[in-house]
Amino acid sequence: MEYHGYGEPLASMLREAGAEPGDLIRIIRGDGFTIEGVLMPRYSGREEPIIVLKLRNGYNVGVRIKGGETIEKVGRVERGEPGAPVPLVEELEVGDRRILILGCGGTVASRVDYETGAVKPYLSPEELALSVPEMFKYASIDVEQLFAILSEDMKPWMWREIVEGVAKAIYRGYDGVLITHGTDTMSYTAAALSFAFHRGLPVPIAMTGSQRSSDRPSSDAAFNLVSATLVASRAPFAEVTVVMHSETGDTYALAHRGVRVRKMHSSRRDAFQSVNARPLARVWPREGRIELLEERFRVRGSEPLHVDNGFDEKVALIKHFPGPISEVIDTLVDRGFHGIVVEGTGFGHVSSDAIESIRRAVESGIPVVAATQTVFGRVNLNVYSTGRKMLEAGVIPVEDMLAEVAYVKLSWTLARTRDMGEVRSLMLANLAGEISDRHDVKLYPRWDYERA
Amino acid sequence: MSGPEIDYESVGLKVGLEIHQQLDVEHKLFCKCPAILDEGESVSITRYLRPTRSELGDVDPAALFEWRRGRFYDYQSPLKSSCLVEVDEEPPHSINYDALTVAVAVAMALNSQVFDEIHVMRKVVIDGSNTSGFQRTALIAVGGWLEVDGKKIPVETICLEEDAARKVGEEGARVVYRLDRLGIPLIEIATAPVIGSPDEARDVALAIGRLLRLTGRVKRGLGTIRQDLNVSIRGGAKTEIKGVQRLELIPKVVRYEVLRQLNLLRIKDELKLRGLSGEDVILDPVELTELLRGSKSRVLRRALESGGVILGLKLPKMKGLLGFEIAPGKRFGSEIADYVRFWAGAGGLIHSDELPGYGISFEELQAIYEALRADPERDAFIIVADEKHRALKALASAVERIKTAFNGVPEETRAANEDGTTRYLRPRPGAARMYPETDIPPVRITEDMLREAEKIKPEPLNVKLEKLTAKHGLSRELALEVISDPRLDLIEKLIEKHTRIPASIIASLFIVTLRGLKGKGVDIEVIPDERIEELVEAIERRVVAKEAAETILEEAAKNPEKNIDSIIETLGLKTVTEEEAIKIIDEIIKANIEEVKAKGQKAMGLIMGRVMEKLRGRMDGRKVSELVKKRLEHYSRPSPEKQQHLI
Repeated sequence: MEYHGYGEPLASMLREAGAEPGDLIRIIRGDGFTIEGVLMPRYSGREEPIIVLKLRNGYNVGVRIKGGETIEKVGRVERGEPGAPVPLVEELEVGDRRILILGCGGTVASRVDYETGAVKPYLSPEELALSVPEMFKYASIDVEQLFAILSEDMKPWMWREIVEGVAKAIYRGYDGVLITHGTDTMSYTAAALSFAFHRGLPVPIAMTGSQRSSDRPSSDAAFNLVSATLVASRAPFAEVTVVMHSETGDTYALAHRGVRVRKMHSSRRDAFQSVNARPLARVWPREGRIELLEERFRVRGSEPLHVDNGFDEKVALIKHFPGPISEVIDTLVDRGFHGIVVEGTGFGHVSSDAIESIRRAVESGIPVVAATQTVFGRVNLNVYSTGRKMLEAGVIPVEDMLAEVAYVKLSWTLARTRDMGEVRSLMLANLAGEISDRHDVKLYPRWDYERA
Repeated sequence: MSGPEIDYESVGLKVGLEIHQQLDVEHKLFCKCPAILDEGESVSITRYLRPTRSELGDVDPAALFEWRRGRFYDYQSPLKSSCLVEVDEEPPHSINYDALTVAVAVAMALNSQVFDEIHVMRKVVIDGSNTSGFQRTALIAVGGWLEVDGKKIPVETICLEEDAARKVGEEGARVVYRLDRLGIPLIEIATAPVIGSPDEARDVALAIGRLLRLTGRVKRGLGTIRQDLNVSIRGGAKTEIKGVQRLELIPKVVRYEVLRQLNLLRIKDELKLRGLSGEDVILDPVELTELLRGSKSRVLRRALESGGVILGLKLPKMKGLLGFEIAPGKRFGSEIADYVRFWAGAGGLIHSDELPGYGISFEELQAIYEALRADPERDAFIIVADEKHRALKALASAVERIKTAFNGVPEETRAANEDGTTRYLRPRPGAARMYPETDIPPVRITEDMLREAEKIKPEPLNVKLEKLTAKHGLSRELALEVISDPRLDLIEKLIEKHTRIPASIIASLFIVTLRGLKGKGVDIEVIPDERIEELVEAIERRVVAKEAAETILEEAAKNPEKNIDSIIETLGLKTVTEEEAIKIIDEIIKANIEEVKAKGQKAMGLIMGRVMEKLRGRMDGRKVSELVKKRLEHYSRPSPEKQQHLI
């Protein structure tokens, strides 16, 4: 039987010695070599007979048990409270605005388990706010925890709850809402909120997260949180935004429109960038300054709250690949999916042999939406014959909308209507800034080494 | 060394060493960047670090303080030698297997117990020298020993860790670091605190350094090896002294630290003798701003001009104590000033034992005594001039420090100065600054790795000595010097390769010539290994004489990029043929013909001197002397023709 990650025979030896993780134990080897340390649980390699100890100097080490060793329990070590927030300032200045933080998990709200070093999403929004006192400079803060999950576990039914939470906060009169969220799926939730509030949003919603957990001195969490607080409490626009590092340094953040933003890097602080659009504003958290980059935006306080909540879970986002894509589409149709977004090649194409599958889907009342896997640029199904055949088959080409946004929009749309004509017109209407008509030449990033 | 002799045994001196040595491996410890220093193109990134809570729930006060001060870091990230891992934008890659093998080999050579599984840890360090805010470090082995002059010095721990970023500048709240050094693998060897004298500390450091070099897998040059010292005396406290870069400085640092601790203990006794206790030091500041507004003191005026205040604090019955010298040039007052700078971020303080001075007149001094209701014959005081909150904090930290004087020596981490004295760096950190680096799975030490390590494991000293003496014919003295030389691996390589040159000549190039140059103040560390290799080749090809080595190497130190051939060319040191030499000798004899004729063979000294000016290093000295002798004979022998002419 396994014992705190240890397999046999170690499990029995440890049990016999009465040693629990956190106990000070002594291992005496046959040759007389003796070592003392705190027993740690084992997280990997349980097949190896190795005991993990934390020594007095703080180091963890693995000691192999070859037979002939004795294990003794020597005592128990009381531990302090790990990862608790640091009271950083002696006196708290509190701004005159009020915002609500809605906690939805992710790295930003995680703290390290010092025993295992694992990062767990269990730092409460209260603790978070306390460990980043600079946030209070801009607003007084209330917090509410919706989910304590990792980014990848976010589901469309949770979008619904988040929308509800935000709506309630606005109803209660907050000057803005800050949502902490895992970064991997943040842009999906941002799009969901954008569509749910597209008919009326009086205050800004700022989403933020972090790429480095908050236990690290170098965490980007504080910088992002302060920036998002600034946006939620003081931005002149009432839009759903993602507020994250603009570049790798701690200089300024960018507020991206929720339907235009994409995580473009697996690990960098500046992973979030606007695609096919400019960010709404530069945000200087230390200086307390918001510098607008876009002239057109929904003005704070100009619209009453209007919520269209609800999302369809049975929507798929698939990518064209050279293999049998038609089988994937067929399977989705057979499994009763309600809608499909295909990230096509270049202009939005799938291979010609898949067109029949698309036709079958559309005829079965399942809308098929074409976006592009090039990320940048616009879908155009008029240029090549494959595209024209896709149009004939009933595909909906969604212009320069990001594929992930198209997926969220289809999920939101299908929760309102299953009528193919209505779905088409909603998908092609620019509801929240997800579609634009013109791209100027500079709206495409050039790699640095090309600029020289 | 100045000052009285100290009987180190009777004061109970105990020194432990921590040696940090960069390993000479291809890549950094946790990424594939080359492990080199790099002045090439770089990108600059501005970052802030925040204090976090340690495993045991406490906050590093120094980190908190730095953060409140708004300290920020500009990181230069050289494109060739740093990547996303160094700028904390990507998790670390798996550990450098090669570096781990070298560390295991060193552990074996030190008879240590290597662990079966290595766990990389994060050690929190918030001075900005690590972009992540922690240093990655792993304990490889414990226990073991090495023998130094017949005494067994126990080894406590052997760690493998990443080197920190290189500090290249600092002004105000901004600190500039370069990331080329960050991540270079370091081995850290910590001895038990059993060293009993300053000289022994140096000898043990020397012995560990030598053992490391014997692996042939360590870097050399300034900054590639750094020594930390733990020093304590009976009744004193353990002081950790960081960053002694030169071996020669070790005895001085230890001695000064012993002096410092002895003197702090003396102050403790004196405080008791004066009937004082900690309760007599009260934080009761008196504002002296108006009193000193007209002062000529530049320090005070500067503070007042920027809106600051002047605060004074009376220290009853402490006259003379703040001015008491505890280490050369360091008074008890300087210790307090260090605390004030560190904890309050103030510029420093002025104390009564150094007044009148700093532009403060005798009259002002009297006025201060009066304002503080202090007795000039008996009491002391300190004053600080700064923004009010900072000045208050400064006095509070000063009181803190003075109170600890009643207990003698506080536990501190200090930094070594170039003159061997030390300065306060921070309080000694607890062991609990560490937690696991979960981005790197534990590494098992396999049989394969142990076999690999066995191959690198340095040969014991006597085996190496035997090889140099018996096989290569070096004298024992020379062999011992070779073993201690930083370029040991190069010397060995050259001796093996250039068998046509006697090993002793190659060895002398390092032990005599290079060290001689070093003694003359030439920076020999900048001379690249290739240059020395080229020189040995040139000697072997007889392009230059070995006598020219010193001149050539001196030039090589000035122009490290220039190859040996062009140095030889510039210096005109190409060897000469016998014919060419005779031509030069003849010219000189002719120019001094009167003398030659008058003195005959006795003109040898003069001519030889002049000839050597032109031929030194270009022909073997003995050969030159032989030729000069011959030509002198030729010229001083009256020729029949000339005899005739004379008549």
